Amino acid sequence: MNYRRLQHQTLLYMAAVVIALWVLMPIVLIALASFTPKQEIYAWPKSIIPSHFSVETMKYFLNSYGVLSSLLNSVLVAVITLGITLLVGAPAGYAVARFIFRGRQVYRMGILMTRMFPTALLAIPLAVTFIKWGLYDTLIGVALLHSAIAMPFAVLIITGIFVSVPKDLEEAAMTMGCSRLGAFARVALPLALPGLAAAAMFTFVISWNEVFGATILTVQHRTLPAQILSTLSASPLYFRFAGGFFMVLPTLVFMFLIRRYLFQMWGGATTEK
Amino acid sequence: MAAKIQLLNVRKEFGKVVAVKDMNLTMNEAEFLVLLGPSGCGKTTTLRCIAGLERVNKGQISIGGRDVTNLPPAQRGIAMVFQSYAVFPHMTVEQNIGFGLRMQHVHKAEIQKGVREVAELLQIDELLARYPAQLSGGQRQRVAVARAIVMSPEVLLMDEPLSNLDALLRLQMRAELKRLHREIGTTTVYVTHDQIEALSLGDRIAVMHGGKIVQLDNPRRVYDQPANRFVGGFIGTPPMNFLRATVNVEGEEVLLAVGEFMIAVLETWGPQLKKLTGQIVILGIRAENIAVHAEPGGERLPAEVIVSEHLGSRQLLTVQVGEDILKVSTNPDLVMQPEQTIGLTFTKRKLRVFDEKTGSILSFHGE
Repeated sequence: MNYRRLQHQTLLYMAAVVIALWVLMPIVLIALASFTPKQEIYAWPKSIIPSHFSVETMKYFLNSYGVLSSLLNSVLVAVITLGITLLVGAPAGYAVARFIFRGRQVYRMGILMTRMFPTALLAIPLAVTFIKWGLYDTLIGVALLHSAIAMPFAVLIITGIFVSVPKDLEEAAMTMGCSRLGAFARVALPLALPGLAAAAMFTFVISWNEVFGATILTVQHRTLPAQILSTLSASPLYFRFAGGFFMVLPTLVFMFLIRRYLFQMWGGATTEK
Repeated sequence: MAAKIQLLNVRKEFGKVVAVKDMNLTMNEAEFLVLLGPSGCGKTTTLRCIAGLERVNKGQISIGGRDVTNLPPAQRGIAMVFQSYAVFPHMTVEQNIGFGLRMQHVHKAEIQKGVREVAELLQIDELLARYPAQLSGGQRQRVAVARAIVMSPEVLLMDEPLSNLDALLRLQMRAELKRLHREIGTTTVYVTHDQIEALSLGDRIAVMHGGKIVQLDNPRRVYDQPANRFVGGFIGTPPMNFLRATVNVEGEEVLLAVGEFMIAVLETWGPQLKKLTGQIVILGIRAENIAVHAEPGGERLPAEVIVSEHLGSRQLLTVQVGEDILKVSTNPDLVMQPEQTIGLTFTKRKLRVFDEKTGSILSFHGE
């Protein structure tokens, strides 16, 4: 028995290591390359570890035309997207989790059905509409599109979060002097925070990584991925490495910051029935 | 502070299911009333209607003479202890207990004082800084009770508060709840499916079945004079025994025939029972009101022992009388063998007679 258990554990860890390498290797290689001096990138045979640490490539990338402004755009779009998604998605998820109303199932399906149409299909009519509405080439326009893309996932994640916060807790708060809204704000919301943070992270990453819609809907006000994409073919190799690394970095940092909330589920007491 | 609670024709429906059927119930000031019944009988729904967590479809609820039918829970002057305890996991014990007072904007120093007092009363004053995840089930339960009584509510509602505790702890908490009620004297409505809890705690017990109250009485009478077969069969361990019998008249004497065997009843029942001559009735008798004799014959109803169980202070016999199975409680020293034929006699004044069709008790028992 014990031997089998050990074998099982070993296999499990080996699999974990393989998957981790699969995901991490490209990121590590890109990171190393983006801190390698320019000439070394073209050197042959190429060493994996750079001879010395250099910020020259990164500097070049950041000083390239349009990078800083598009970086700012990206952050702004992601923040607006986050705001819209949480503002609409949190109450929607709460409603689906807590209230039994006519058409709840249809509503849930409806949320998912909005994902039936790929962005590629929507992009042109969307661009036309945005031009009409004066939203074309604006950050709000891109944020609206990103919100629409992220919303179904956010609502579903948030529904799951509120389902796991026992109804009893809110009812208890109501018997202790809270209104329904008060009970939500004082009890359900704080308990849902770790999960909401996960939903927020997810939304941010979706917006940060989205490239197709952003490319079609903007001309002057590009987000970073759209900017990099449009200049990629004309850029030197080291620019590409630096750009790639820069795209991955915020996602990594964001996940790292928010990781604490994901593990901190109040000692498991929230799920107790 | 204690208030009277009045339910007038209260009706609660969930879709097509009627959970509470036009209920009328008055709870006296400082009374400990137990709502008892099997799962699905509407007892918890009734409690939630009083709390304001469910809206009634019809009828009126008043607390302390004030119509609260359309008021939210916060304005009803109630406090509630939930089955799951519903202790807030993101607050310390102290914050949990003080929550209700904070919502009422009570002065900080007063909250602290109140929290300390009830924490001492429930012996959790050393746990105030802890989070619920660091507490045992019994301790969480105490926090839930402390949190409710610190608000000095007019009415305390408890929904199966002991059902998640282990047997020993339940016994201990039961006694403690009783002491607590005596000390604070709040009108208490207590929901349970455990009849022992009901008998031990209640000033009165409302036995519920199918959304209705089938009997509202003090524990002694609920046990001794069950209003119908359901109550007799639900309350008591083991439940009341039932035997089919035919009403027989021999000269002046009225007898109940169980198969070939005739059972004598109290003389005072004679005149009324006589009217039912020839009809079938259901005879009810509790396990401890049956005496066991090693030999049948004479006045003794013959029965065959199927199983004997030694329960420490008592011995429980399962015996067969004709088609019917009876549970008999005896002295544990009496040695019984399976398949042995024994004789039973019933304590006359403890016999109960029920209508065969409606299951209701026949009213000549008086008392």
